[in-house]
Amino acid sequence: MSDLSTPLRRARGLGSAKTGVGHFIGQRVSAVALLLLAPWALWSGAHLAGHDYDRVRMWLASPVNATLLVLAVLAGFYHGQLGLRVIIEDYIGKHTTRTLLLILNTFVAAAAAALTVICILGVSFGGGSV
Amino acid sequence: MAASILHRAAGVAIYGGLLILAGWVFALEAGPAPFTAYVGALHTPLGLTVLFLITLALFFHLANGVRHLAWDIGAGFLPKTASATAWAAFLLAAAINMVFWFALVAAGKV
Repeated sequence: MSDLSTPLRRARGLGSAKTGVGHFIGQRVSAVALLLLAPWALWSGAHLAGHDYDRVRMWLASPVNATLLVLAVLAGFYHGQLGLRVIIEDYIGKHTTRTLLLILNTFVAAAAAALTVICILGVSFGGGSV
Repeated sequence: MAASILHRAAGVAIYGGLLILAGWVFALEAGPAPFTAYVGALHTPLGLTVLFLITLALFFHLANGVRHLAWDIGAGFLPKTASATAWAAFLLAAAINMVFWFALVAAGKV
């Protein structure tokens, strides 16, 4: 017996992207979450337009608003990072450039999401410069 | 096919919108002066145009995204159906975007 691997083991990791099912599921699940969160965010944005600094802070002081905004930001950057990953994988041919861009994609999304969540929590808990 | 590439372009535009949102929250955390300045910049003609295009992208990406989810459960694959739903997505997105911005202007928020 030369190869003890199962057929599944042999099949895993083939193809240009190497893995895909997790990406597919993650993209769809975050999409469904955003089907609810994005309209809420747009509605909130429309509501907050024209409000001054203090009223916006008051809006964010509500834990429900803060939570929904955090969820929208996390789902949005996760979904967007997955989408950008597909674009990079599809259009960048050179292996080194593609790898660098994929890493950059993850870092930018993670950094932007972290910064945004921290600012939301900061304002919601009453911190930040007043 | 056009819907497919537009879906990607819209996604990238929305990503830009997320970064604008990040800036907004960052400015809010920074204080009244930075926040007012940031919102002021969004209210310039250029800022409003960018926001208008981003909401258009968002509505289209939402509508087309529903098409994708329908395909995932196996519905709507016939070429005629796919073309019809593509047109529906374009028109719906444009219409809803117009209504959204019209409502904003009517409410005096813009």
